[in-house]
Amino acid sequence: MPESLRLALAVAGKDIRAELRSRTALLSAVVFAALVLVVFNFARDPTAIAAADLAPSVLWVTFALAAMVALNRAFTVEREHGAIDGLLLAPVPRGALFLGKLLANLAFVGTVEAVTLPLFVLFFNVDLTAALPGIIGVTALATVGFVSVGTVFSAMAVRTRFAELMLPVLLLPFMVPPIIGAVQVTARLLAGRPLSEMLGWLRLLALYDVVFVTLCTMAFGAVVDE
Amino acid sequence: MPSRDGEPLLAARGLRRSFGRVRVLRDVDLTLAAGDVLAVAGPNGAGKSTLLRVLAGLSRPSAGEVRVEGRRLAGDPEARRAIGLLSHHSLLYDDLTLLENLAFAARLYGSPHPAETARAALAAAGLSDRAGDQPRRLSRGLLQRAAIARALLHGPRVLLLDEPFTALDAAAAERLRATLAERREAGLGVLVVTHHLGEVWDVATRVAVMVGGRWAAEEPREGPLDAFLPRYREWIGA
Repeated sequence: MPESLRLALAVAGKDIRAELRSRTALLSAVVFAALVLVVFNFARDPTAIAAADLAPSVLWVTFALAAMVALNRAFTVEREHGAIDGLLLAPVPRGALFLGKLLANLAFVGTVEAVTLPLFVLFFNVDLTAALPGIIGVTALATVGFVSVGTVFSAMAVRTRFAELMLPVLLLPFMVPPIIGAVQVTARLLAGRPLSEMLGWLRLLALYDVVFVTLCTMAFGAVVDE
Repeated sequence: MPSRDGEPLLAARGLRRSFGRVRVLRDVDLTLAAGDVLAVAGPNGAGKSTLLRVLAGLSRPSAGEVRVEGRRLAGDPEARRAIGLLSHHSLLYDDLTLLENLAFAARLYGSPHPAETARAALAAAGLSDRAGDQPRRLSRGLLQRAAIARALLHGPRVLLLDEPFTALDAAAAERLRATLAERREAGLGVLVVTHHLGEVWDVATRVAVMVGGRWAAEEPREGPLDAFLPRYREWIGA
Protein backbone atom coordinates (compact mmCIF):
# COMPACT_ATOMS: atom_id res chain seq x y z
CA MET A 1 0.00 0.00 0.00
CA PRO A 2 1.44 3.42 -0.90
CA GLU A 3 2.69 5.39 2.12
CA SER A 4 0.37 8.35 1.49
CA LEU A 5 -2.67 6.09 1.35
CA ARG A 6 -1.60 4.32 4.56
CA LEU A 7 -1.28 7.70 6.31
CA ALA A 8 -4.60 8.90 4.91
CA LEU A 9 -6.32 5.76 6.21
CA ALA A 10 -4.71 6.32 9.62
CA VAL A 11 -6.12 9.86 9.76
CA ALA A 12 -9.56 8.72 8.58
CA GLY A 13 -9.55 5.81 11.03
CA LYS A 14 -8.70 8.14 13.89
CA ASP A 15 -11.57 10.50 13.00
CA ILE A 16 -14.07 7.66 12.63
CA ARG A 17 -12.99 6.03 15.90
CA ALA A 18 -13.28 9.36 17.76
CA GLU A 19 -16.71 10.05 16.25
CA LEU A 20 -18.02 6.56 17.00
CA ARG A 21 -17.01 7.11 20.62
CA SER A 22 -18.63 10.54 21.00
CA ARG A 23 -21.35 10.26 18.29
CA THR A 24 -21.84 14.00 18.72
CA ALA A 25 -21.68 15.18 15.13
CA LEU A 26 -23.32 12.16 13.58
CA LEU A 27 -26.32 12.26 15.91
CA SER A 28 -26.66 16.03 15.58
CA ALA A 29 -26.58 15.84 11.79
CA VAL A 30 -29.13 13.01 11.62
CA VAL A 31 -31.51 14.73 14.04
CA PHE A 32 -31.05 17.98 12.12
CA ALA A 33 -31.84 16.25 8.81
CA ALA A 34 -34.99 14.71 10.31
CA LEU A 35 -36.10 18.11 11.60
CA VAL A 36 -35.54 19.73 8.20
CA LEU A 37 -37.71 17.04 6.59
CA VAL A 38 -40.41 17.57 9.23
CA VAL A 39 -40.39 21.31 8.59
CA PHE A 40 -40.58 20.83 4.80
CA ASN A 41 -43.34 18.27 5.25
CA PHE A 42 -45.56 20.61 7.23
CA ALA A 43 -44.59 23.79 5.38
CA ARG A 44 -45.69 22.58 1.94
CA ASP A 45 -49.23 22.76 0.61
CA PRO A 46 -50.01 19.31 -0.86
CA THR A 47 -52.96 20.70 -2.82
CA ALA A 48 -50.82 23.28 -4.61
CA ILE A 49 -47.83 21.18 -5.61
CA ALA A 50 -47.39 17.41 -5.80
CA ALA A 51 -44.90 15.78 -3.43
CA ALA A 52 -43.09 14.17 -6.36
CA ASP A 53 -42.42 17.58 -7.94
CA LEU A 54 -41.00 18.99 -4.73
CA ALA A 55 -39.18 15.88 -3.55
CA PRO A 56 -35.82 16.25 -5.40
CA SER A 57 -35.29 19.80 -4.13
CA VAL A 58 -36.28 18.89 -0.58
CA LEU A 59 -34.01 15.87 -0.59
CA TRP A 60 -30.96 17.83 -1.72
CA VAL A 61 -31.55 20.84 0.48
CA THR A 62 -31.78 18.42 3.41
CA PHE A 63 -28.60 16.61 2.35
CA ALA A 64 -26.75 19.91 1.94
CA LEU A 65 -27.78 21.34 5.32
CA ALA A 66 -27.10 18.09 7.17
CA ALA A 67 -23.70 17.81 5.46
CA MET A 68 -22.86 21.27 6.73
CA VAL A 69 -23.50 20.17 10.31
CA ALA A 70 -21.37 17.05 9.80
CA LEU A 71 -18.54 18.98 8.12
CA ASN A 72 -18.35 21.48 10.96
CA ARG A 73 -16.92 18.76 13.16
CA ALA A 74 -14.09 17.88 10.78
CA PHE A 75 -11.61 20.32 12.24
CA THR A 76 -13.24 21.31 15.51
CA VAL A 77 -11.93 17.99 16.90
CA GLU A 78 -8.46 19.07 15.79
CA ARG A 79 -8.78 22.32 17.71
CA GLU A 80 -9.03 20.59 21.11
CA HIS A 81 -5.65 20.52 22.85
CA GLY A 82 -4.01 21.83 19.67
CA ALA A 83 -4.26 18.37 18.12
CA ILE A 84 -3.93 19.81 14.61
CA ASP A 85 -0.35 20.78 15.50
CA GLY A 86 0.32 17.10 16.10
CA LEU A 87 -0.87 16.34 12.57
CA LEU A 88 1.13 19.15 10.99
CA LEU A 89 4.31 18.31 12.90
CA ALA A 90 4.35 14.76 11.60
CA PRO A 91 6.18 13.87 8.37
CA VAL A 92 2.90 13.45 6.54
CA PRO A 93 2.35 15.00 3.09
CA ARG A 94 -0.45 17.56 3.25
CA GLY A 95 -2.19 15.74 0.40
CA ALA A 96 -2.38 12.60 2.55
CA LEU A 97 -3.84 14.63 5.43
CA PHE A 98 -6.47 16.03 3.08
CA LEU A 99 -7.31 12.59 1.72
CA GLY A 100 -7.67 11.21 5.26
CA LYS A 101 -9.97 14.02 6.30
CA LEU A 102 -11.94 13.70 3.05
CA LEU A 103 -12.46 9.95 3.56
CA ALA A 104 -13.65 10.49 7.14
CA ASN A 105 -16.01 13.28 6.06
CA LEU A 106 -17.38 11.15 3.22
CA ALA A 107 -18.08 8.40 5.76
CA PHE A 108 -19.93 10.85 8.05
CA VAL A 109 -21.92 12.60 5.34
CA GLY A 110 -22.64 9.27 3.60
CA THR A 111 -24.01 7.87 6.86
CA VAL A 112 -26.20 10.92 7.39
CA GLU A 113 -27.50 10.62 3.82
CA ALA A 114 -28.15 6.89 4.26
CA VAL A 115 -30.28 7.60 7.35
CA THR A 116 -32.01 10.60 5.76
CA LEU A 117 -33.14 8.77 2.60
CA PRO A 118 -35.62 6.39 4.33
CA LEU A 119 -36.98 9.32 6.38
CA PHE A 120 -37.47 11.23 3.14
CA VAL A 121 -39.42 8.29 1.67
CA LEU A 122 -41.51 8.16 4.83
CA PHE A 123 -42.39 11.86 4.88
CA PHE A 124 -42.90 12.39 1.16
CA ASN A 125 -44.34 9.02 0.25
CA VAL A 126 -42.07 8.72 -2.80
CA ASP A 127 -41.55 5.32 -4.42
CA LEU A 128 -37.79 4.87 -4.82
CA THR A 129 -37.86 1.19 -5.77
CA ALA A 130 -36.86 1.66 -9.40
CA ALA A 131 -34.79 4.80 -8.93
CA LEU A 132 -32.81 3.72 -5.85
CA PRO A 133 -29.57 2.57 -7.58
CA GLY A 134 -29.51 5.78 -9.61
CA ILE A 135 -30.23 7.92 -6.53
CA ILE A 136 -27.37 6.23 -4.67
CA GLY A 137 -25.07 6.82 -7.64
CA VAL A 138 -25.89 10.49 -8.07
CA THR A 139 -25.70 11.01 -4.32
CA ALA A 140 -22.18 9.58 -4.28
CA LEU A 141 -21.17 11.67 -7.28
CA ALA A 142 -22.46 14.95 -5.85
CA THR A 143 -21.30 14.25 -2.30
CA VAL A 144 -17.65 13.68 -3.25
CA GLY A 145 -17.50 17.15 -4.81
CA PHE A 146 -19.05 19.26 -2.10
CA VAL A 147 -17.49 17.30 0.77
CA SER A 148 -14.11 17.86 -0.85
CA VAL A 149 -14.65 21.62 -0.90
CA GLY A 150 -16.22 21.46 2.57
CA THR A 151 -13.14 19.71 3.96
CA VAL A 152 -10.87 22.56 2.86
CA PHE A 153 -13.28 25.26 4.04
CA SER A 154 -13.73 23.48 7.36
CA ALA A 155 -9.93 23.63 7.84
CA MET A 156 -10.00 27.31 6.91
CA ALA A 157 -13.00 28.21 9.07
CA VAL A 158 -11.72 26.51 12.20
CA ARG A 159 -8.99 29.13 12.52
CA THR A 160 -11.60 31.90 12.65
CA ARG A 161 -13.52 33.04 15.71
CA PHE A 162 -16.92 32.04 14.37
CA ALA A 163 -16.08 28.77 12.64
CA GLU A 164 -19.64 27.42 12.76
CA LEU A 165 -20.92 30.53 10.96
CA MET A 166 -18.03 30.82 8.54
CA LEU A 167 -18.35 27.33 7.05
CA PRO A 168 -21.87 27.81 5.59
CA VAL A 169 -20.96 31.28 4.31
CA LEU A 170 -17.90 29.90 2.52
CA LEU A 171 -19.32 26.58 1.39
CA LEU A 172 -22.89 27.27 0.26
CA PRO A 173 -21.92 29.13 -2.96
CA PHE A 174 -19.68 26.21 -3.94
CA MET A 175 -22.49 23.75 -3.23
CA VAL A 176 -24.80 25.34 -5.78
CA PRO A 177 -23.46 23.61 -8.95
CA PRO A 178 -23.48 20.04 -7.57
CA ILE A 179 -26.86 20.58 -5.89
CA ILE A 180 -28.41 21.87 -9.13
CA GLY A 181 -26.98 18.90 -11.02
CA ALA A 182 -28.08 16.40 -8.38
CA VAL A 183 -31.63 17.85 -8.22
CA GLN A 184 -31.97 17.65 -12.01
CA VAL A 185 -30.77 14.05 -12.13
CA THR A 186 -32.91 13.02 -9.13
CA ALA A 187 -36.03 14.57 -10.70
CA ARG A 188 -35.46 12.63 -13.91
CA LEU A 189 -34.75 9.41 -12.01
CA LEU A 190 -37.99 9.76 -10.03
CA ALA A 191 -39.90 10.47 -13.24
CA GLY A 192 -38.42 7.35 -14.87
CA ARG A 193 -36.73 9.32 -17.66
CA PRO A 194 -34.00 7.67 -19.79
CA LEU A 195 -30.31 7.98 -18.92
CA SER A 196 -29.63 10.06 -22.03
CA GLU A 197 -31.59 12.94 -20.45
CA MET A 198 -29.28 12.96 -17.43
CA LEU A 199 -25.91 12.54 -19.09
CA GLY A 200 -25.16 16.25 -19.31
CA TRP A 201 -25.80 16.75 -15.60
CA LEU A 202 -23.84 13.63 -14.70
CA ARG A 203 -20.89 14.94 -16.71
CA LEU A 204 -21.12 18.24 -14.85
CA LEU A 205 -21.06 16.41 -11.50
CA ALA A 206 -18.10 14.26 -12.56
CA LEU A 207 -16.20 17.31 -13.83
CA TYR A 208 -16.89 19.16 -10.58
CA ASP A 209 -15.50 16.19 -8.63
CA VAL A 210 -12.33 15.94 -10.69
CA VAL A 211 -11.65 19.67 -10.64
CA PHE A 212 -12.37 20.28 -6.96
CA VAL A 213 -10.78 17.13 -5.54
CA THR A 214 -7.61 18.05 -7.47
CA LEU A 215 -7.70 21.73 -6.48
CA CYS A 216 -8.49 20.97 -2.84
CA THR A 217 -5.66 18.42 -2.59
CA MET A 218 -3.25 21.02 -3.93
CA ALA A 219 -4.58 23.90 -1.83
CA PHE A 220 -4.88 22.06 1.48
CA GLY A 221 -1.27 22.64 2.53
CA ALA A 222 -1.56 26.38 2.01
CA VAL A 223 -4.77 26.42 4.07
CA VAL A 224 -3.54 24.48 7.10
CA ASP A 225 0.02 25.82 7.33
CA GLU A 226 0.37 29.09 9.23
CA MET B 1 24.92 10.07 18.01
CA PRO B 2 26.74 12.54 15.74
CA SER B 3 24.65 14.87 13.64
CA ARG B 4 24.27 14.07 9.94
CA ASP B 5 27.26 15.09 7.77
CA GLY B 6 28.65 17.31 10.49
CA GLU B 7 25.72 19.70 10.15
CA PRO B 8 24.27 21.16 13.35
CA LEU B 9 21.12 19.41 14.48
CA LEU B 10 19.19 22.65 14.21
CA ALA B 11 20.21 25.98 12.71
CA ALA B 12 18.11 29.10 12.32
CA ARG B 13 19.31 32.15 10.44
CA GLY B 14 17.72 35.59 10.35
CA LEU B 15 14.36 34.41 11.63
CA ARG B 16 11.64 37.01 11.60
CA ARG B 17 7.97 36.52 12.32
CA SER B 18 5.34 39.21 12.26
CA PHE B 19 1.61 39.11 12.97
CA GLY B 20 0.25 42.09 11.10
CA ARG B 21 2.32 45.04 12.32
CA VAL B 22 3.51 43.24 15.43
CA ARG B 23 7.04 41.93 15.01
CA VAL B 24 7.37 38.93 17.29
CA LEU B 25 10.75 37.58 16.13
CA ARG B 26 13.54 39.90 15.01
CA ASP B 27 16.52 38.40 13.20
CA VAL B 28 16.99 35.41 15.48
CA ASP B 29 20.05 33.26 14.77
CA LEU B 30 20.64 30.10 16.74
CA THR B 31 22.41 26.78 16.45
CA LEU B 32 21.78 23.56 18.29
CA ALA B 33 24.68 21.14 18.07
CA ALA B 34 24.79 17.47 18.99
CA GLY B 35 24.64 17.10 22.78
CA ASP B 36 23.31 20.62 23.34
CA VAL B 37 20.65 21.30 25.93
CA LEU B 38 19.88 24.95 25.30
CA ALA B 39 17.74 26.68 27.93
CA VAL B 40 15.93 29.77 26.64
CA ALA B 41 14.49 32.23 29.13
CA GLY B 42 12.93 35.64 28.84
CA PRO B 43 9.99 37.74 29.99
CA ASN B 44 6.40 37.19 28.84
CA GLY B 45 5.89 38.23 25.25
CA ALA B 46 9.57 37.85 24.34
CA GLY B 47 8.66 35.55 21.44
CA LYS B 48 9.85 32.28 22.95
CA SER B 49 6.77 30.21 22.14
CA THR B 50 6.54 31.71 18.65
CA LEU B 51 10.19 30.81 18.14
CA LEU B 52 9.43 27.19 19.08
CA ARG B 53 6.53 27.07 16.62
CA VAL B 54 8.74 28.43 13.85
CA LEU B 55 11.55 26.00 14.71
CA ALA B 56 9.05 23.13 14.68
CA GLY B 57 7.74 24.16 11.27
CA LEU B 58 4.26 24.97 12.59
CA SER B 59 4.59 28.63 11.74
CA ARG B 60 6.22 29.96 8.61
CA PRO B 61 8.85 32.64 9.27
CA SER B 62 8.31 36.00 7.60
CA ALA B 63 12.02 35.91 6.74
CA GLY B 64 14.97 33.63 7.39
CA GLU B 65 15.12 29.86 7.40
CA VAL B 66 15.35 26.84 9.65
CA ARG B 67 17.55 23.86 8.80
CA VAL B 68 17.46 20.50 10.51
CA GLU B 69 20.69 18.53 10.00
CA GLY B 70 21.30 20.64 6.92
CA ARG B 71 17.84 20.07 5.42
CA ARG B 72 15.51 23.02 4.93
CA LEU B 73 12.59 22.47 7.29
CA ALA B 74 10.03 24.10 4.97
CA GLY B 75 8.36 21.43 2.88
CA ASP B 76 10.67 18.56 3.89
CA PRO B 77 8.82 15.78 5.75
CA GLU B 78 12.13 14.08 6.63
CA ALA B 79 13.31 17.22 8.41
CA ARG B 80 10.04 17.28 10.36
CA ARG B 81 10.57 13.66 11.37
CA ALA B 82 13.67 14.71 13.33
CA ILE B 83 11.70 17.12 15.51
CA GLY B 84 9.68 16.49 18.66
CA LEU B 85 7.63 19.28 20.19
CA LEU B 86 6.05 19.78 23.58
CA SER B 87 3.88 22.88 23.31
CA HIS B 88 1.38 24.50 25.66
CA HIS B 89 -1.16 22.00 24.35
CA SER B 90 -1.07 18.25 24.80
CA LEU B 91 -1.83 17.56 21.08
CA LEU B 92 -4.08 14.70 22.26
CA TYR B 93 -7.65 13.90 21.23
CA ASP B 94 -10.20 13.83 24.02
CA ASP B 95 -12.28 11.09 22.42
CA LEU B 96 -9.37 8.65 22.12
CA THR B 97 -7.63 6.85 24.97
CA LEU B 98 -3.99 7.60 25.71
CA LEU B 99 -2.97 4.35 24.03
CA GLU B 100 -5.03 5.16 20.93
CA ASN B 101 -3.66 8.71 20.86
CA LEU B 102 -0.05 7.59 21.00
CA ALA B 103 -0.59 4.69 18.61
CA PHE B 104 -2.08 7.14 16.11
CA ALA B 105 0.94 9.43 16.52
CA ALA B 106 3.23 6.41 16.04
CA ARG B 107 1.40 5.57 12.79
CA LEU B 108 1.97 9.11 11.53
CA TYR B 109 5.70 8.64 12.13
CA GLY B 110 5.70 5.32 10.27
CA SER B 111 6.20 2.99 13.22
CA PRO B 112 5.79 -0.63 12.04
CA HIS B 113 4.28 -1.56 15.43
CA PRO B 114 2.33 1.50 16.57
CA ALA B 115 0.60 -0.11 19.56
CA GLU B 116 3.89 -1.45 20.94
CA THR B 117 5.59 1.91 20.37
CA ALA B 118 2.73 3.64 22.18
CA ARG B 119 2.85 1.19 25.12
CA ALA B 120 6.61 1.69 25.46
CA ALA B 121 6.21 5.48 25.46
CA LEU B 122 3.47 5.30 28.10
CA ALA B 123 5.58 2.96 30.23
CA ALA B 124 8.53 5.36 30.03
CA ALA B 125 6.25 8.14 31.26
CA GLY B 126 4.90 5.99 34.08
CA LEU B 127 1.44 5.99 32.53
CA SER B 128 0.95 2.29 31.71
CA ASP B 129 -1.92 2.02 34.16
CA ARG B 130 -3.70 4.98 32.51
CA ALA B 131 -3.37 3.68 28.93
CA GLY B 132 -7.13 3.15 28.65
CA ASP B 133 -8.06 6.58 30.00
CA GLN B 134 -9.15 9.48 27.84
CA PRO B 135 -7.17 12.73 28.25
CA ARG B 136 -10.21 14.50 29.74
CA ARG B 137 -10.03 12.13 32.73
CA LEU B 138 -6.43 13.03 33.53
CA SER B 139 -5.13 15.64 35.96
CA ARG B 140 -3.06 18.50 34.53
CA GLY B 141 0.17 16.83 35.63
CA LEU B 142 -0.72 13.45 34.11
CA LEU B 143 -1.76 15.19 30.90
CA GLN B 144 1.63 16.91 30.77
CA ARG B 145 3.36 13.55 31.19
CA ALA B 146 1.26 12.12 28.36
CA ALA B 147 2.16 15.11 26.18
CA ILE B 148 5.86 14.56 26.92
CA ALA B 149 5.45 10.89 26.02
CA ARG B 150 3.90 11.93 22.71
CA ALA B 151 6.76 14.35 21.98
CA LEU B 152 9.38 11.63 22.64
CA LEU B 153 7.47 8.80 20.96
CA HIS B 154 9.31 8.75 17.62
CA GLY B 155 12.80 9.28 19.02
CA PRO B 156 13.30 12.83 17.71
CA ARG B 157 16.88 14.02 17.34
CA VAL B 158 15.79 17.58 18.12
CA LEU B 159 13.44 18.07 21.06
CA LEU B 160 11.70 21.41 21.51
CA LEU B 161 10.07 21.90 24.90
CA ASP B 162 7.87 24.79 25.99
CA GLU B 163 7.64 25.00 29.79
CA PRO B 164 7.95 21.22 30.15
CA PHE B 165 7.91 21.18 33.95
CA THR B 166 4.48 22.80 34.21
CA ALA B 167 2.25 20.81 36.61
CA LEU B 168 4.75 17.95 37.02
CA ASP B 169 5.23 16.54 40.50
CA ALA B 170 8.75 16.18 41.92
CA ALA B 171 9.21 12.59 40.73
CA ALA B 172 8.00 13.33 37.20
CA ALA B 173 10.17 16.46 37.03
CA GLU B 174 13.20 14.42 38.10
CA ARG B 175 12.39 11.79 35.48
CA LEU B 176 12.22 14.49 32.81
CA ARG B 177 15.57 15.95 33.90
CA ALA B 178 17.07 12.45 33.66
CA THR B 179 15.64 12.10 30.16
CA LEU B 180 17.19 15.41 29.10
CA ALA B 181 20.55 14.36 30.56
CA GLU B 182 20.36 11.05 28.67
CA ARG B 183 19.65 12.89 25.44
CA ARG B 184 22.59 15.20 26.08
CA GLU B 185 24.91 12.22 26.61
CA ALA B 186 23.53 10.51 23.50
CA GLY B 187 24.44 13.54 21.37
CA LEU B 188 20.85 14.59 20.69
CA GLY B 189 19.60 18.17 20.88
CA VAL B 190 17.17 19.83 23.27
CA LEU B 191 15.87 23.39 23.32
CA VAL B 192 13.90 24.18 26.47
CA VAL B 193 11.89 27.35 26.88
CA THR B 194 11.34 28.13 30.53
CA HIS B 195 10.56 30.88 33.00
CA HIS B 196 12.23 28.86 35.73
CA LEU B 197 15.85 28.29 34.81
CA GLY B 198 16.42 26.40 38.06
CA GLU B 199 14.40 23.51 36.65
CA VAL B 200 16.92 22.83 33.87
CA TRP B 201 20.07 24.53 35.09
CA ASP B 202 21.88 21.34 36.01
CA VAL B 203 21.24 19.60 32.70
CA ALA B 204 21.63 22.59 30.36
CA THR B 205 24.82 23.08 28.36
CA ARG B 206 24.00 26.63 27.23
CA VAL B 207 21.59 29.32 28.25
CA ALA B 208 20.07 32.04 26.09
CA VAL B 209 17.86 35.04 26.78
CA MET B 210 15.17 36.46 24.51
CA VAL B 211 13.88 39.99 24.91
CA GLY B 212 11.44 41.75 22.57
CA GLY B 213 11.77 39.08 19.90
CA ARG B 214 15.58 39.30 19.83
CA TRP B 215 18.19 36.75 20.84
CA ALA B 216 19.57 39.11 23.49
CA ALA B 217 22.33 36.95 24.96
CA GLU B 218 23.72 33.44 24.91
CA GLU B 219 26.50 31.82 26.90
CA PRO B 220 27.65 28.40 28.11
CA ARG B 221 25.99 27.28 31.29
CA GLU B 222 28.69 27.57 33.93
CA GLY B 223 28.69 27.94 37.67
CA PRO B 224 25.65 28.21 39.87
CA LEU B 225 22.36 29.72 38.77
CA ASP B 226 22.65 32.42 41.44
CA ALA B 227 25.74 33.79 39.71
CA PHE B 228 23.88 33.97 36.38
CA LEU B 229 20.70 35.64 37.64
CA PRO B 230 22.11 39.19 38.05
CA ARG B 231 23.20 39.16 34.39
CA TYR B 232 19.83 37.75 33.37
CA ARG B 233 18.00 40.56 35.21
CA GLU B 234 20.23 43.10 33.51
CA TRP B 235 19.48 41.63 30.06
CA ILE B 236 15.74 41.64 30.54
CA GLY B 237 15.84 45.08 32.15
CA ALA B 238 14.29 43.95 35.43
